[in-house]
Amino acid sequence: MKPLISLKATFISFIVSFVCIKIAWCNNGRRVSDAQDAEFSDFSVPLEHSFEVDDVGRFRVRGALLLKAGRESGVSLSQNHLTQDDRIKLKDVASVDGLYRIRVPRVSLQADRQMERHMEGYLTAFVRACAMVESHLSDVITLHTDLSGTLIGISIVTLPGACTGTDVEDEVDLELFNTTLSVMAPVNAPGPETALFLERMEQESEKKGKNPQEQKSFFAKYWYLILGGAIFLMASNSAQPPAGGGREQS
Amino acid sequence: MTVPMAKFFLLSFKVIMLCLAVDAVFEDQVGKFDWRQQYVGNVRFAHFDAHLQSSKKVILATEKNVFAAVNTRTGELFWRHVDKNGPEGNINALLHHGQDAVLVVGNGRILRSWDINVGGLNWEIVLDSGSFQAASFVGQQDTVKNVAVLKKTALSLHYLSNGHQKWIENLPDGETVDYQFVYSGGTGEVYVLGVLPHSHIAIVTYSVDDGEIIKQVSVEAPWLSNIQSSCAMVSQGILMCMDTLSTSLYMLDVHAQTQMTQIPLESLGLHVAPDFLPVLVSAQPNPSRRPLSEFLLQLSPDHYLLLQLNNGQIVTLRDFKPAMLASFATTGDKTVVAVMSPKNKTACSVNLFSAETGRRLLDTTLNVNIDPNSGKPEKLYVQTFLKKDDSVGYRVMLQTEDHTLSFLQQPGRVVWTREESLSDVVTMEMVDLPLTGTQAELEGEFGKKADGLMSMVLKRLSSQLILLQAWVAHLWKLFYDARKPHSQVKNDVSIETLSRDEFNLQKMMVMVTASGKLFGIDSKTGTILWRHYLENIPSNAAFKLMVQRTTAHFPHPPQCTLLIKDKDTGLTTLHVFNPIFGKKSHVAPPALPQPILQSLMLPLMDQDYAKVLLLVDDQYKVSAFPSTKNVLQQLQEMASSIFFYLVDSIQGRLSGYRLRTDLSTELIWEVVIPTEIQTIVSVKGKRPNEHVHSQGRVMGDRSVLYKYLNPNLLAVVTESTDMHQERSFIGILLIDGVSGRIIHEVVQRKARGPVHVVHSENWVVYEYWSTKSRRNEFSVIELYEGMELYNSTVFSSLDRPHAPQVLQQSYIFPSSISTMEATLTEKGITSRHLLIGLPSGGILSLPKMFLDPRRPEIISEQSREENLIPYAPELIIRTEWFVNYNQTVSRVRGIYTAPSGLESTCLVVAYGLDIYQTRVYPSKQFDVLKDDYDYMLISSVLFALFFATMISKRLAEVKLLNRAWR
Repeated sequence: MKPLISLKATFISFIVSFVCIKIAWCNNGRRVSDAQDAEFSDFSVPLEHSFEVDDVGRFRVRGALLLKAGRESGVSLSQNHLTQDDRIKLKDVASVDGLYRIRVPRVSLQADRQMERHMEGYLTAFVRACAMVESHLSDVITLHTDLSGTLIGISIVTLPGACTGTDVEDEVDLELFNTTLSVMAPVNAPGPETALFLERMEQESEKKGKNPQEQKSFFAKYWYLILGGAIFLMASNSAQPPAGGGREQS
Repeated sequence: MTVPMAKFFLLSFKVIMLCLAVDAVFEDQVGKFDWRQQYVGNVRFAHFDAHLQSSKKVILATEKNVFAAVNTRTGELFWRHVDKNGPEGNINALLHHGQDAVLVVGNGRILRSWDINVGGLNWEIVLDSGSFQAASFVGQQDTVKNVAVLKKTALSLHYLSNGHQKWIENLPDGETVDYQFVYSGGTGEVYVLGVLPHSHIAIVTYSVDDGEIIKQVSVEAPWLSNIQSSCAMVSQGILMCMDTLSTSLYMLDVHAQTQMTQIPLESLGLHVAPDFLPVLVSAQPNPSRRPLSEFLLQLSPDHYLLLQLNNGQIVTLRDFKPAMLASFATTGDKTVVAVMSPKNKTACSVNLFSAETGRRLLDTTLNVNIDPNSGKPEKLYVQTFLKKDDSVGYRVMLQTEDHTLSFLQQPGRVVWTREESLSDVVTMEMVDLPLTGTQAELEGEFGKKADGLMSMVLKRLSSQLILLQAWVAHLWKLFYDARKPHSQVKNDVSIETLSRDEFNLQKMMVMVTASGKLFGIDSKTGTILWRHYLENIPSNAAFKLMVQRTTAHFPHPPQCTLLIKDKDTGLTTLHVFNPIFGKKSHVAPPALPQPILQSLMLPLMDQDYAKVLLLVDDQYKVSAFPSTKNVLQQLQEMASSIFFYLVDSIQGRLSGYRLRTDLSTELIWEVVIPTEIQTIVSVKGKRPNEHVHSQGRVMGDRSVLYKYLNPNLLAVVTESTDMHQERSFIGILLIDGVSGRIIHEVVQRKARGPVHVVHSENWVVYEYWSTKSRRNEFSVIELYEGMELYNSTVFSSLDRPHAPQVLQQSYIFPSSISTMEATLTEKGITSRHLLIGLPSGGILSLPKMFLDPRRPEIISEQSREENLIPYAPELIIRTEWFVNYNQTVSRVRGIYTAPSGLESTCLVVAYGLDIYQTRVYPSKQFDVLKDDYDYMLISSVLFALFFATMISKRLAEVKLLNRAWR
């Protein structure tokens, strides 16, 4: 039994606060049955996909999500090959601008809580089939959970995401999925940052306290300028009357 | 020496003043751009102040928990007291005697007495708990001294002068007997009547002096279930009851008898209309005297009788048929009956009859015209007075189904009307006014097909001539008005003279009220230009108003569609109308037999320029309105790019659908939020008419941070089901409405709703209650694409693989808020403000600049370059930010913003109990000259400069010439 090659890029901190994204690189082409041989405490849920020319949902198994038990719950994905028929069909769907859809059942990612409650229904997402073809099956699947670890949504995007209309000739490119799987839990929103602000205020007031020059009043600081200005004004005022008087005399 | 000093200080002061943002209005601008209208709500009790012959007050207590006095000459408010919202402030009873009005408030919790002259509080006392049943004045020897309050288990008597409790007594058998009625006839006794349904009536007699039980009797009455609805007290303490099953009157003297006397209505020759509960109305003009022995009996919706109890015999004084309404009124010692009877379809008449004899009084006819756009008359309040020749004169206040009060006087003049349904505005839109006839004539040329060069030229010339004529007429009017004093220039607004002004500042406000009445209000003056009452609106209806065609497509009239949905059944009807004239459109709306889940306006237009409205029913089938061939064809072409979403908050399910060419739909994405943990409270998208001018923000280092401008982004607000203050939280989910991709998910821990959200541009602002710190907090989320744009030409939700960068910051706000909205301008160049309605009645215009997650905690050179305000955890309310200065807007429920033709100006309407309209200038009036702009100075300077250049040119020429000669 081969161990899963999993690479965990741990905490990537975002600008505001941390989002815990566990990225799991999946090995492709493994059978689901192999995956189910894994430890019993692990839990596996099917990841299904559907692509039809008439856009009616007929979901088939694409792979399996393996949920690891324990405190540090991780998710990994093992996926099947795309068969020859599927590849042709996918290209057909892409040519009529159909949709490629995926779905997972509603589960809790904490494997120990699996048995507690059974939820009905699926979470679905879609991407244009042409984008799937043109990106050579390289997609990014994100599982979104709520606070309790229950799946609330799934999203799929392809890289690159655009449909430019380029034809994919090589059938081999459409055989293996190149999937990046990540799990996103809700981010804790920051509250008002009072502590840091108060600290800063304190620092500022301390700075002021150290520097008595700052605390002086306007007049205390600039008394010499004001005095100088006043003397200048007085001097110019007193200089004027004689000039005027002189003119009167003449 | 001191003068230059003072000048210096003055100058520096001026500079400081200029630097500070002065947003407030100047004193002479008060009421120039804004107006406020105050309402009271649907009237529950009304009494005319009659203690002075010259009094002109009517006091009203309403279903909106408002107690007010209205001037009967003008219809304006003298004073108004707004109590708490909800059952706490509910007015249970209004008693009026002389100058005092006694109110029982909050299911018998508080007893208040008001002086109605000035609206001041005389006294207020808190009563013992217990649900309120009835209240009445108690008088002795022709003076009213006490108030009796009957509760479920106790009767208390209070002094009218100071509210002190005289005595309180428990009622015997309070658990079984349902006491409902209290009566006093000025005899020194208080009678309390209770009923044990379908068994007997219990009558307890108390002494007014000490509350001692004098007598206690029980009378067999197996047919009776409710005293208040089927009985009345007439003459000297005779209880008159109506039994519907046996259609007979029962009579009981509460002083003496222990047996009820039955009088079948057949014996009086009367017949009750099938399926109608007969109503008895009696009159007690003075609470210290016995009631009149005459009473009214209503036998069918349009049949009243005036009956008299004469020595134990019932005599019919007068038969009123047809009669819509009838009521008693007293002046001096004369009591009259006012009866309103229909004349024809649009008119009614009111006549007075003497209560004692039933004789019609001469010259008392009052004609009432029934407006087809208002509801049926519901209640008649009569104000009577004695004329000089001792005959009775009167005026009436008519309350109609659509919550309108109209005050009429003889011979049929409407003195005033109050549209009280405007106290409950549900939704509104602002519509541009149409062009004037001449402008439209000019516009019309472009719409029509060319029919020859010559005729086109002639048409152009003729329309230019008309324009010239109109301009001359306008100039003449200006000149004519300028000679008159300013106050005399009348600014009459009528529907005919309405036209768009230069800057599109005057618009038509279309308001939808909860009662189902629609209004068209001129935004400049607040004049109601049209009203339209929609009958048969379910009481729990939800409304959505949409503008399908604006006034821009001239020969086609503008068109609004109101979607009315019954919240229980989901059944929906459409009302299509012209928003300028209020007339119902001749376009027939589609019949909608299925409940409607979602409606959406598409930017598609049919050949008549009406936007297409899509309605999704519960079978997920889509119908279009209008559904012409052209529209269906366009829809087929566009189907694969039309997406919509549905929200089911009960199951916590958000789902996305795509339209198919056959107008069916397919489910394409699904997000389910488990309802055990959190529930969806609201979903907010962006406004479709919003423009964003700049794609990014220039940073301190001259690089650009691009905004994530996804027009399909939805902000979903959830609240936790666990309300414990440590574990409660609110969640904000940003979901792309087309692809269903969750863009961002935030949880605010230890927080509780109600959450107010504004979602615009690339930001979401929300306000919540922090249970940890016990305060209101604001939080702002901003989304950025990063330093480079993925696809700068077009935004597609299906092709944006990279998640945006998310920034968030929170602030403390020193007040709770009622509602919140963002300003909106034509091109989105002007900076944004948040308009916040506070419970205190103020409307705060808070610059969005203060809610910016990029506010730095430590100031750097770059942040200074960017003009970012350093972070401070508290948002301060500055008084000059209040846009409504002292014009308090009570109980603001919503704020509506609309762009005007001026980029700097945003029109604002705040509605709640009051309506307030104003303009705001978030970046000051950068495109308008000030009111006090000195045209004289600038033109004289211009002229002076012009002449100076002319002269100096001439001088220079001369000089050159001279030099050449030299």
